[in-house]
Amino acid sequence: MSPPAKPPVKTGWSIGIVTPRIGLNIAVIATLAVVPVYAALTGNAFALTLFTRVVILAIAALSLNLIMGFGGMVSFGHAAYLGIGGYAVGILAKEGIGSGFVQWPIAIGAAALYALVVGALSLRTRGVYFIMITLAFAQMIYYVAIGLDRYGGDDGLTIYRRSGFDGLIDLSNRTVFYYLCFGLLLVSIYLVWRIVNSRFGMVIQGARSNERRMRAIGFPTFRYQLVCFVIAGAMCGLAGALLANHTNFISPAMMHWTRSGDLIVMVVLGGMQAIFGPLIGALTFLLLEEGLSRVTDYSNLILGPFLLLVAISWQGGIDGLIAGTRRG
Amino acid sequence: MLYFFEQFLNGIQLGMLLFLLAAGLTLIFGIMDLVNLAHGSLYMLGAYFAATFADWTDSFLLGALFALAATAVTGMLLEVIAVRRLYDRGHLNHVLGTFGLLLFFNEVVRLIWGPAGMTLSLPSEMLNAVEVLPGLFYPLYRLVIIGVTLAVAVLMYFLIMRTRLGMLIRAGASNREMIGALGVNIKLLYTMVFGLGAALAGFAGLMQAPILTVQIGMGENILIAAFVVVTIGGIGSIRGAFVASLLVGLADTVGRAFVPDLLHSFLSESASSSLGRALSSMMIYLVMALVLIARPEGLFPAAGK
Repeated sequence: MSPPAKPPVKTGWSIGIVTPRIGLNIAVIATLAVVPVYAALTGNAFALTLFTRVVILAIAALSLNLIMGFGGMVSFGHAAYLGIGGYAVGILAKEGIGSGFVQWPIAIGAAALYALVVGALSLRTRGVYFIMITLAFAQMIYYVAIGLDRYGGDDGLTIYRRSGFDGLIDLSNRTVFYYLCFGLLLVSIYLVWRIVNSRFGMVIQGARSNERRMRAIGFPTFRYQLVCFVIAGAMCGLAGALLANHTNFISPAMMHWTRSGDLIVMVVLGGMQAIFGPLIGALTFLLLEEGLSRVTDYSNLILGPFLLLVAISWQGGIDGLIAGTRRG
Repeated sequence: MLYFFEQFLNGIQLGMLLFLLAAGLTLIFGIMDLVNLAHGSLYMLGAYFAATFADWTDSFLLGALFALAATAVTGMLLEVIAVRRLYDRGHLNHVLGTFGLLLFFNEVVRLIWGPAGMTLSLPSEMLNAVEVLPGLFYPLYRLVIIGVTLAVAVLMYFLIMRTRLGMLIRAGASNREMIGALGVNIKLLYTMVFGLGAALAGFAGLMQAPILTVQIGMGENILIAAFVVVTIGGIGSIRGAFVASLLVGLADTVGRAFVPDLLHSFLSESASSSLGRALSSMMIYLVMALVLIARPEGLFPAAGK
């Protein structure tokens, strides 16, 4: 659609104020809004399940984009927060505490606390060392989960009842649950947008491009980055709580390092440093995965080289392609 | 005491195996500045090639030799076709691209060899145990692994410190642009380094194959352990990789052998067994976190970085 552009010149075409990028974002949100209607009309319950997953993982990817895309902190252990959020819900449910008013704040709080510890230790390192140390911490949590014999160990734990909200909302109704996730996704997008465009967000982005200079003009970048890291962790913890409710199941596999890899793929595929990028990336990745697995038994034969191709030739991901600007 | 010594040998053996993987990774890291998640796939391919060729030739040794050559060639082809195009991208794109390669290779192996694993059986004379200390019998094959990998390490040392290729590798690790500017055929050097790394990874895979089952995804967990080694040792440093692999190998085995017992002395049976299992699996990551907190660039930061 968009004419070939030489970086960094913007392709100028638009319909009124609707540029291709805004158009795509509106189309994606509008599509997500009517998924349950489509599912109800066609009786295709699987579509609802699939898209609930898309929406939840989009929240996780969104939180990763906050630190990785905007903050330049490449975390290779982001699935740990999904796991912590999920295990908080699962463990409390198993111990007889079924109220979402207790489960969810604990899920978010535990993930935030973990992010605080990991961030405080990891932010001393830079570059590849940062990638590796976040991976190491995630691996530790992974093995902790395997060691939790009471909560299923390696096999995982089935959650028999979704979080209860005292009759306020009923999560066992799949449409209601979908719209709750969708609403939380919109809130998260708004939150990331506000953070990125605030003074705080400017400091974070400044530290990405030149940390020494930010420090020289008087910003304690470490503290800013740490706070950003904790916010992202908390947001992903919420996604974990949603995921546990969605699948009614938790297991260490949700924290395997390849899951962290999936989240990175979603963010880069959609477009880093673009507010809607992670959502578009999560949507594309999961639909592609699902679509390919229907066509062939060997879907990764196509998906793998596709990712390689994206890494080689698409700077800026899908968002960069649509917006016609290339990002570094 | 004998038990301790046996575990010590196990630790050395694991450490040497990790060194084979980590040496290639750290060279590729140090010289091409590439984060290569597909390194574990070459380890897996080495094991599959060895199992297949040993089956065809009816000889473990011939199978191993063919497998080594096949992995090196695969590595060089991979570099020329795909990996080379990733060098001028950021680390994040390396993660994305080589993650794609990892998925691809897992699927290729499933397509060719099927989802069930394979076994590679040792020649019968390798199955014996040797009395290394009075009263302590240790499997001969594990001693062979230690010996052969040590020999490889020495060979690597000579290759890197005493040959022209090694000189170029060292120069490349400290300043890539400069050796390119001095007229070295850097593309060829990169391909050779990648092939060398692939051969080392494949070698690790085929050496380990008779002890473990050859299966899809076998490279994934050991890849992470190798990354831990590379990071602890300091990216780009072979010496660091050597020290760190022994450290990680020992930490892992000693953790597995002694942490549960240690915990059992002051905890109940069930609590200590589950906690012990978790703690001993975490051991290497704990070591890495501690090292990085104390020395954010690893034990032996490569010079000029």
